[in-house]
Amino acid sequence: MAERNNSRARRGGPKSFEEALKRLQEIVETLERGEASLDTSMELYEEGIVLSRFCLEKLNRAELRLKELHKNLEGTFEVKERDTIE
Amino acid sequence: MIQPPSQPELFAQQERPLTVSELTKQIKVSLESSFGVVSVQGEISNVRTPSSGHYYFTLKDETAQIQAVLWRSRVPGLMFSPTDGMKVIARGRITVYELRGQYQIDVIELLPAGKGELQLAFERLKAKLFAEGLFDESRKKPLPPFPAVIGVVTSGSGAAYRDIVSVLRRRFPAVDLVLRSVPVQGEGAAGEIARAIQEFNEWGGADVLIVGRGGGSIEDLWAFNEEMVARAVYDSRIPVVSAVGHEIDFTIIDFVADVRAATPSAAAELVVRSRDDVLELIRQSVYTIQDLFRDAIESGREEIRTILGSYAFNQPRDLLRNRMQFVDDLMRRLDLGAHHIIDRRNADAASLTRQLSSLSPKSILQRGYAMVLKERRAVPRASLLSPGDAVEVRFADGSADSTVTAVRKD
Repeated sequence: MAERNNSRARRGGPKSFEEALKRLQEIVETLERGEASLDTSMELYEEGIVLSRFCLEKLNRAELRLKELHKNLEGTFEVKERDTIE
Repeated sequence: MIQPPSQPELFAQQERPLTVSELTKQIKVSLESSFGVVSVQGEISNVRTPSSGHYYFTLKDETAQIQAVLWRSRVPGLMFSPTDGMKVIARGRITVYELRGQYQIDVIELLPAGKGELQLAFERLKAKLFAEGLFDESRKKPLPPFPAVIGVVTSGSGAAYRDIVSVLRRRFPAVDLVLRSVPVQGEGAAGEIARAIQEFNEWGGADVLIVGRGGGSIEDLWAFNEEMVARAVYDSRIPVVSAVGHEIDFTIIDFVADVRAATPSAAAELVVRSRDDVLELIRQSVYTIQDLFRDAIESGREEIRTILGSYAFNQPRDLLRNRMQFVDDLMRRLDLGAHHIIDRRNADAASLTRQLSSLSPKSILQRGYAMVLKERRAVPRASLLSPGDAVEVRFADGSADSTVTAVRKD
């Protein structure tokens, strides 16, 4: 089976949480329609598992990251970490 | 030439009559130096706005009037545009316009003479922007379902920012909150707020913006009623959630924003979904995918049984061999696939369980938080406690019996 693991998630990987979750929903819908071949179903299943792992990892990040936007005199932007709320 | 008795000495020494220019200059020096900056209350009438962008109008009361001029450069600092009939307090310098031989007030600042005037200014701007289409529902952008970066335009030391931070920490901490700290009231606040919104758009790194501040008087909230802030919100390509004051406060940007939140906390609730809901969604998706895939394998087996049972036996021998081989092959692959799934299922359920259990109260305690119980029930708010109450403070490794000595609300 290993040579068949060329689903979309494995090739490129999801870029954002939103994209991953959207693709996961698409996979659910495709499988629900029941039109996919067995091979395709297998690929979709594996892709779905990869996507759900990706989403769970993102969700698992416990700390809210606080940052601050600054525009420099040259007109470029800098995003600095903000240590405290105050 | 007859000289009035009170003529200043300067004039008395003149040997020739003054020119009009000379006289006007002297009047100018005398008036401007003796009045300086004054505050005067009156009603605006006869507003003229030539293409230069300056404002000219008359300030009057029942028995007198004075010409007023407001230079274009001062317009951005105003709480409202001068309009006929408004009662205002104008602060400015008395000057003389020599060309016309006319004294006037050069307005530095224009304040409403009463709360009613501010309300009037609010209604006027609202009507104007409504007519221009700034509030059109069709122009409103949907909020992204899962923003990774949330921009916030407010004071970095204000209650609004603290509220937003605490809601996000509780509800969906897997985001970046990028602050652009601005003054939210006083002179120049509106300009700073508008600029911050523009800069977020230039930067382009935020998925959604929250613009607002905590509660205050109508004057305190006024920056959010200014035209330039409304226009910056309207022009923003990034969806904007307005979050000004309390539930009952409505400001102009609430009408222009893509979504109006009643408070800054409510804005934070609106821009992210709850992590629990999202976890549940993913969990359901995984289960559904697994069930559907199992069904697909089952129907694959069914197909093979059908082939074995009927079709194949009516074919010539070598075709039959081919079919058998095909079936063997398919069966092997299915077994591998099913095996694969069973492994994955177990691994996945375990990881989901870990995920879900990390949200249980126990694991929160293990992170160093404590829980307060009164009569064996959790106390979620300080307001539920009174001095003298006996409570239990529960930690991950044990608990402490305590008595409430005082209750303070934030």
